[in-house]
Amino acid sequence: MDQFLQHLVNGTVLGATYALLGIGLTLIFGIMKVVNFAHGELYAFGAYVAYALVSLLQMDYFVALVLAAGLGLLLGAAIEFLLLRRCRLENVDEVMLIMIGVMIIMQNAELLAWGGVAKVVPTPFPQESIIVGGIYLSPTRLFVLGAAIVLLLAFYLVIERSRLGLAMRSTFQDEDAARIVGVNVGRIYTLTFGLGSSLAAITGALLAPVFVVTPTMGDLASLKAFAIVILGGLGNIRGAALGGFALALIEEFGAAYISTAYRDAIGFLVILAVMVARPQGLFAAKERVG
Amino acid sequence: MRGLSFLIIVVALALLPVLCPDPYLLSVVAAAGIMIIAAISLNLLLGFTGQLSLGHAAFFGIGAYTSALLSLGFDVDLGFSSPLVVEPKPVWVAFIGGIVMASLFGWLLGKVAFRVRGAYFVIVTISFAQVMRMVALNWVDLTEGPMALVSIPPLNLWVPGEGVVRLVSKASTYWLVLAAGVLAYVIVANLVRSRIGRAAIALRENEVLAKSIGIPVTRCLIVFSVLSAGIAGAAGGLYAHTVRIIDPDVFLFIYTITMVIMVIAGGKGTLAGPVVGGLIFGLLPEVLRGVVAPEVQWIIYGALMILILLFMPKGIVPAFGGLLKRRKISVRRRPSATQGASS
Repeated sequence: MDQFLQHLVNGTVLGATYALLGIGLTLIFGIMKVVNFAHGELYAFGAYVAYALVSLLQMDYFVALVLAAGLGLLLGAAIEFLLLRRCRLENVDEVMLIMIGVMIIMQNAELLAWGGVAKVVPTPFPQESIIVGGIYLSPTRLFVLGAAIVLLLAFYLVIERSRLGLAMRSTFQDEDAARIVGVNVGRIYTLTFGLGSSLAAITGALLAPVFVVTPTMGDLASLKAFAIVILGGLGNIRGAALGGFALALIEEFGAAYISTAYRDAIGFLVILAVMVARPQGLFAAKERVG
Repeated sequence: MRGLSFLIIVVALALLPVLCPDPYLLSVVAAAGIMIIAAISLNLLLGFTGQLSLGHAAFFGIGAYTSALLSLGFDVDLGFSSPLVVEPKPVWVAFIGGIVMASLFGWLLGKVAFRVRGAYFVIVTISFAQVMRMVALNWVDLTEGPMALVSIPPLNLWVPGEGVVRLVSKASTYWLVLAAGVLAYVIVANLVRSRIGRAAIALRENEVLAKSIGIPVTRCLIVFSVLSAGIAGAAGGLYAHTVRIIDPDVFLFIYTITMVIMVIAGGKGTLAGPVVGGLIFGLLPEVLRGVVAPEVQWIIYGALMILILLFMPKGIVPAFGGLLKRRKISVRRRPSATQGASS
């Protein structure tokens, strides 16, 4: 039973970060219809920002977190402003390929700048695990969980309660109608892409002390983010949050009780299974996908 | 590029080992040729049916692994009482086996993936390739995992007067790849001009309309998927038996992307596109090798891809073909609408 609870807790911590990653991706897809292949690279970017600031410049970890989010926002906004605005998002396939180009450039730039060796970001928290009822919890992971939940709530409030969120939701529903009532759709696009990228970057920075930082970490993050948003239904924000927790728990229990070697394959099998059975996502109302 | 000019180009290419017997050059061009065959197969889906399949390296890898394993022989415990033992097969039988296996997976993926379109389709195809890579990495009993399959036998040929010759010299590898490439090109050229090829182009341009005039859309897409996977499997088999060592990296996403760049740059939906694009992007790494670091080379790849998509979305062949013919091609709004099968 302890084992089971331990996996449940580990899965929940991981799930909170998966949810953050998935929300960023699904937000960008929902509003702009862009499949952001560079999402994982922005996650890796955030992790490298944390590494550079904390390990190299000896900065405070919490300052680094904020800076990672800010730089992610700027980088995302720049990608939208410089590249995506030019192709006016007419052809979905073409935009996907452009994002793949961005992915290749970012990943290799990271490789060039930092080398292939994994980097370690020191955690500001004590190393000893807290033991509650036989379950081990490292303070770092606890902080990651807390921070992720705070961010999820903050994001929810921005989307549901703020004027910016209102403009985003209206663009999501009908771009032309939003334009008519005075929404600056171009600016919403830039902000959306920036916000989604910022979420990916801060997730990378949050997880940097938990895992190690490598140039190829973005690949897996991208693909997992896809699995999450497919689970929740592309463009469905609440679905992505649930999908994040669902994927993390499936992975955690799959690795524990089926096979650790295939841990990372589980996400893809989930995608394939969902596509066969319920292409609109597990948590979505009926939606046209064909 | 029909008839005479096609023949002239093929003959000129066939004379390359005679005119320039530099083994390094020949092996580089042969390696590019294998990727060109893969790009030709991807063009069937991406160019003629308009479906962006981003799992194409999977078929290449399945062809390579099946062909290699059949020619080496293997035994694998499937959990039954006696393990499945496969004796080494003649190399051409193994090669055909690789094509059949890849086609089978093409059919299977087609059945699953063509239930959805657009972004969903893309993600399903990527997932498929990733699962295949995980299997190749982790099913060590069968695939040797990251230790790679080694000493794969080369393909052979019966030559009058000399008996059966193992195709190991650089020139013979080059001719082999060239022959396979010409065959793939001719098959694709005939396919897209056939009834089902025209049906595919119709559904690429407007799926609803195609359906309404009675084109069996899903069946047509699956036929293309099977043929495309089969040709990609053949390219994989060629790779396995010429390089003679394969590891799970053949399934990497970056190889799919290389094929996609070749098709897009050359001109998707044109017959010559993957060949032209393949020559450029297949030989570019060799030109850049030693000049810049491999990371910079990939950055150049990525940047070129973005620039081509932004400024020449139809690709090189349509752009220059239009110049040569001096014919006004009606400009359409959607950049995906290319001029059809002619090149």
